[in-house]
Amino acid sequence: MTNVALVAIACGLIIGLGALGACVGIGMMGGKYIEGAARQPELMDKLQTKMFLLAGLIDAAFLIGVGIAMMFAFANPFQG
Amino acid sequence: MAAGSSAPTASEYIVHHLTHLNSSGAAQKNIIDFSIVNWDTVFYSVLTALLTAWLLQRAARLVSAGVPNRFVGAIESVVEFVHEQARAIVKGDLAYIAPLALTSFVWIFLMNAIDLIPVDLFPRIGELFGIHYMRAVPTADLNGTMALSIVVLASSIYYGIKAKGGGGFMHELFTAPFGAHFLLWPVNFLMQVIEYLAKTVSLGMRLFGNMYAGELVFLLIALLGATVTWWGSGLHFLTGLAWAIFHILIITLQAFIFMMLALVYVGQAFEHH
Repeated sequence: MTNVALVAIACGLIIGLGALGACVGIGMMGGKYIEGAARQPELMDKLQTKMFLLAGLIDAAFLIGVGIAMMFAFANPFQG
Repeated sequence: MAAGSSAPTASEYIVHHLTHLNSSGAAQKNIIDFSIVNWDTVFYSVLTALLTAWLLQRAARLVSAGVPNRFVGAIESVVEFVHEQARAIVKGDLAYIAPLALTSFVWIFLMNAIDLIPVDLFPRIGELFGIHYMRAVPTADLNGTMALSIVVLASSIYYGIKAKGGGGFMHELFTAPFGAHFLLWPVNFLMQVIEYLAKTVSLGMRLFGNMYAGELVFLLIALLGATVTWWGSGLHFLTGLAWAIFHILIITLQAFIFMMLALVYVGQAFEHH
């Protein structure tokens, strides 16, 4: 297996595993938000602000991983 | 682009667009190199900072006792929003902290918004002036975002010393979170250092990761248009539109998250353990 192939597999793993965690996290949080909004509709707006904040935090590690994977895909610093 | 007669390949195009206009004239060789300055990041961040200052200052001038016009009304709603969040989170003197949050929100939003401008536009204009590499988005550069994050760290340390006194701050550095026993001092200190480091690095890298990934997807979509076929250009337009609309949300969200976390970190300086 060449280096290029290994880099491609590595990028796929980084993005895929990160997406797995991020999506499960957002799904759980979104479900709880909708449940809470269904129980107490008057809190919906306040909770929505906090929900977006949390969505950004949950996605953080995933997007850092995407950034690193893209860097390896196009500007591999370990090459040569 | 390539000075020769052939068009660049896909990866050449992307690598070219990912190269900064830096003080060494070529792409950066080492991952960490403090002798190189990315002039494009400096230029665009200063430009957007001046734009932020000008916009907010103009709105402040136009504030009057009567009914505000739309521009002043918009700025007022942003200021009110930030002020409300700051008041809820920071239990201390808001005189400089709320403006810090407002500035970081508006400035980071404007820097991120440069990403919505077509990818090739500014680099092409730069080519006319002899500038061969340009990356227009300052927050898609790790240097830019870590600079913002380090300022937040410095602010939280400054306000920590101001709120607790120099002695109190040092005392808390060595006795929180586990306790005042002298055997726990190294453990406490290590935990505090790791906490500050993790907060700073994650704040900077979150913004960088989002903007870098966004820019890269725009570049990949632009490659579709480079096929110069009817379906390629059509797909370029459609996917570009969809991604740009999604990116508007991401831009605002990331600026908002940075502002909220800056408020939370500075607010933690006022909390006593």
